[in-house]
Amino acid sequence: MAVTFLIPAHLAALAANQKTIRVDAQSPTVRGALEALWLRHPALRDRVVNEQGEVRQHINIFVGSECIRFVDGLATPAPEGSEILIVPAVSGG
Amino acid sequence: MPQVKHVPVRAGDVLLMVGTMKGAFLLRSNAARKRWEKGGPYSVGAPVYAMALDQRKGRHRLWWSEQSFRWGTVLRSSDNFGRTFTEPETYSIKFPADSGVTLKNIWQISMGNAAEPDAVYCGVEPAALYKSGDVGGTWELVRGLFDHPHREKWVPGGGGMCMHTVMPDPVDSKRMIIAVSTAGSYRTEDGGKTWRARNQGVRAEFLPEKYPEFGQCVHKIAQSTSKPQRLYLQNHWGLYRSDDGGDTWQDIANGVPSDFGFPIVVHPHDPDTAYIIPVESDEYRCTPEGKLRVYRTRNGGKSWQALTRGLPQKDALETVLRDSMTTDSLKKAGIYFGTRSGKIYASANNGDSWKLIAEGLPPIVCVKAAVIEETKKAPRKALAKKAAKKTAKRAKR
Repeated sequence: MAVTFLIPAHLAALAANQKTIRVDAQSPTVRGALEALWLRHPALRDRVVNEQGEVRQHINIFVGSECIRFVDGLATPAPEGSEILIVPAVSGG
Repeated sequence: MPQVKHVPVRAGDVLLMVGTMKGAFLLRSNAARKRWEKGGPYSVGAPVYAMALDQRKGRHRLWWSEQSFRWGTVLRSSDNFGRTFTEPETYSIKFPADSGVTLKNIWQISMGNAAEPDAVYCGVEPAALYKSGDVGGTWELVRGLFDHPHREKWVPGGGGMCMHTVMPDPVDSKRMIIAVSTAGSYRTEDGGKTWRARNQGVRAEFLPEKYPEFGQCVHKIAQSTSKPQRLYLQNHWGLYRSDDGGDTWQDIANGVPSDFGFPIVVHPHDPDTAYIIPVESDEYRCTPEGKLRVYRTRNGGKSWQALTRGLPQKDALETVLRDSMTTDSLKKAGIYFGTRSGKIYASANNGDSWKLIAEGLPPIVCVKAAVIEETKKAPRKALAKKAAKKTAKRAKR
């Protein structure tokens, strides 16, 4: 199942400078898509999720225009052809 | 983003490692410590709570923690004073998945003693200890402490539940003292397998039982390198000394304007001399009367003397955090501290007089010092340079 990740510059630097990454996921969820992304670019994993596998507090993931926090978290559906956007949240100090 | 400046660091220099809320800085001077050159920032924009320099076995490995609020906390190192540094594919310090805990910050990086020249320790938040036995290649959670039955009753202080003090014994590598806010101090004598609370005599002002076995809000402990059984402790209310490696503590708040404060350091060569910077109260947390004063004892805490020469004595409402004061190891000791307002003060004469050596930095959370030793490679390089000069001279003739 092919999905496309759009990732920010900070992460692209750890993924051979690719800002768009197409992966074949084993399951049609965001979790499945991320697992496929980690296989291709292992350095992205610890930056996006913590050691419990949860998306870091100040990172947002969208499937299309829907933020997964307000859908079903990592179980949010990511069907064939989805665009998944990983973005740093508007936060900090 | 600010342009990063690197400083040339040579053998014999004094290096200050300064962690701030917006990155790390390096300040260098020669042994006279009159002029300082500033380099950095490294880890631009991220809080850097812990820094250390490993000079064992001829290394010059600079360590620091980077707490990115977005990308998590990563431990970095550099073998060339920041010119290049590690970008680990996977983070080296993380809690096991079955622990249910996630790493928030790294508060302390400490080197093992001479018997453990490849050991590095990290004290982290939530309070736990990590050890690497291969100079940071791999890391392991010290289970003896993580699984301690007291741990479930530890609670976070204002700064979080942080392990801010990690002190491997300078002589006995099986022995170590750590301190956690708010849990108190613990000591192991079997290389981390078992730990005992070592808080007898330390007051917990904020608990119904004033002298509990554990639960004290210890802000910092300092150990004398020449007399390792001698410890000094700055508590959340209370100032203490131990002469038995932490088994018992004596109140030494004699004649200080406040026994509340954060940092405490021991003179590198005199176990009777220690330094503190009292702040007014746990609500106000600023220097009393707007006077920035370091207090020094030269008799193990029987009395304290205010050191003011070169420090502002008017409108100086400053706060110096627990890891923002340090000493170098030169004979006439350098004492250094950084403020939350981004200033660094230095004394090159055991604290007798002080000089502002940097200002305008982001809030400072950590200051460490090292006298740079000759590396094993350096003499060879110097010899090669000398030989090349000789050859060039001959060629001219």
